[in-house]
Amino acid sequence: MIEIENITKRYDKQTVVNDVSMVIEPRTIAAIVGTSGSGKTTLLRMINRLVEPTSGTIKLDGVDNHSLPDYELRRSIGYAIQGHGLFPHRTVAQNIATVPLLLGWDKERIDERVDELLRLFQLDPAAFGPRYPHELSGGQQQRVGVARALAAKPNVLLMDEPFGALDPIIRTKAQEDLLAIQKHFGTTIILVTHDMEEAVHLGHKIAVMDGGRLVQYAKPAEILAKPASSFVETLVGSSERPFRLLSLGRVGDAVEKGSAEGEAIPADASQRDALAELLWSGKPALPVRGADGKALGRITVDGLVKLAARPA
Amino acid sequence: MKLVLPAALRVVLLVLLVAFIVNPGWFEPLFKPLTENNAPAIYNQGSLLSLTLQHLGTVAVATIAAIIVAIGLAILVTRPFGAEFLPLSRSLVNIGQTFPPVAVLALAVPAVGFGEKPTLIALFLYGLLPIFENALTGLTTLPANVVEAARGAGMTNGQKLLRVELPLSLPVILAGIRLSVVISLATATIGSTVAAKTLGEVIIAGLISNNLAFVVQGGLIVAGLAVFIYDGLMALERVAARRMGQAVR
Ligand SMILES: Nc1ncnc2c1ncn2[C@@H]1O[C@H](COP(=O)(O)OP(=O)(O)OP(=O)(O)O)[C@@H](O)[C@H]1O
Ligand SMILES: [Mg+2]
Repeated sequence: MIEIENITKRYDKQTVVNDVSMVIEPRTIAAIVGTSGSGKTTLLRMINRLVEPTSGTIKLDGVDNHSLPDYELRRSIGYAIQGHGLFPHRTVAQNIATVPLLLGWDKERIDERVDELLRLFQLDPAAFGPRYPHELSGGQQQRVGVARALAAKPNVLLMDEPFGALDPIIRTKAQEDLLAIQKHFGTTIILVTHDMEEAVHLGHKIAVMDGGRLVQYAKPAEILAKPASSFVETLVGSSERPFRLLSLGRVGDAVEKGSAEGEAIPADASQRDALAELLWSGKPALPVRGADGKALGRITVDGLVKLAARPA
Repeated sequence: MKLVLPAALRVVLLVLLVAFIVNPGWFEPLFKPLTENNAPAIYNQGSLLSLTLQHLGTVAVATIAAIIVAIGLAILVTRPFGAEFLPLSRSLVNIGQTFPPVAVLALAVPAVGFGEKPTLIALFLYGLLPIFENALTGLTTLPANVVEAARGAGMTNGQKLLRVELPLSLPVILAGIRLSVVISLATATIGSTVAAKTLGEVIIAGLISNNLAFVVQGGLIVAGLAVFIYDGLMALERVAARRMGQAVR
């Protein structure tokens, strides 16, 4: 659990983060969104004390993050820096091994972990381990940056726009990987992003920053349904709102009784994808099947349209 | 500035240089035309080999001292607690550079006597600036997010310096050392005017006895050493830079 209490950061006269308080529950993902310069990175970096707050406290699992030396704190927190920040004079494997090496792991354990992470991110250890960062594509560099942050199995992971340089396909894949890793290890993640889509998809909760203030911190559905201000509404994008709302739900939760003709939609697909499929097929309804292939019922355009409407 | 000799030519020249230093007698016919009145064509007042080694030794000692002081200074003034010393150390090192080496020699002799010491002092002061300036450039132009990543990973200040900042500035620092060494190699010849054992002896002996062959010999060896050391350090820099995917300056 991360408790941020009345945290403020001032540079000279400029207040960059203004009295922010929020609690991030253990084993959840909090996505921080906001316009450029709204203080997202600064807020993130106060958690691992790369930036010292002007006032306020941050507690990790109930312990003030100032109760141990800053370098020890940072070794226990994964940090994927904005723009990957890989060490250009070290190989991919050496980059990933950074924190384990600082923690004094033995060589065998480090090598094993490096291989495991490379494979997790679809990078062949034999081919990519010995390469230097400049010999990778931008997307590969970014994945290595995330792997480096995860190397010492931190309980808390700070990610600053980690998927910015990825193409949509790899990006979706990387997001799925991150969700899987998060579920598997129970990592608490704070993720800064510019992409509302990503925030809605990954975040258990979304924090919206504006001019250094936290203007709303709530579940994605609530942010979409009840934006706290016109700023949040703009950020959410009013034309995208109903579709984002649908993207939060699974087809399985919108199944109706009855049957329909056509290609069956899997129950674990998102409702948004189902709506797209329905509109594209030109049919009012399509059958739904479970993971085992069994027919569960049908999904209808009318039903989804109701779900996409502003909640009362 | 870039001096890249084709590999084969480089080897041949190196062999010739070493052969000449070890056994100059072989090259007597080449230098004979430069002499008059049956004067000796090959330097005969001492061994060229031992003079060369002493010359290199003097340069090495002065350069190593300059490297330690200049890099230490650059590290100091790029730490938060040393930042206020930046202007002071800059001007100190600049003074070292604006002072002509001859003047340093002249002033050092009364203080430390004749011999190798005043030469070492002059070379040391003269070698500081290029190394300091380059180390400073290297340490202050590091990519900010790489240094932040080092801090973010939990490196202490010392670990960050040794594992990230210095290795990353290495190509630039090496370039400074290269300039410093080449300047020192040439400057060391003047040391012979205050009785330091360097290749300057050969040149001075030639000037005194009006023997062009000696002058050319001394000059050629110094020039040859400078070229090869320049070349070697350049290759080292290139290796260091290429590993990081940096363009070679
Ligand atoms: N070291 C610093 N000194 C002075 N001002 C700073 C410093 N670091 C950040 N700022 C200012 O603080 C504000 C917030 O910066 P921050 O990096 O947190 O923004 P951000 O929300 O992460 O933006 P982006 O989305 O562009 O990454 C900016 O106006 C920035 O100029
Ligand atoms: Mg930022």
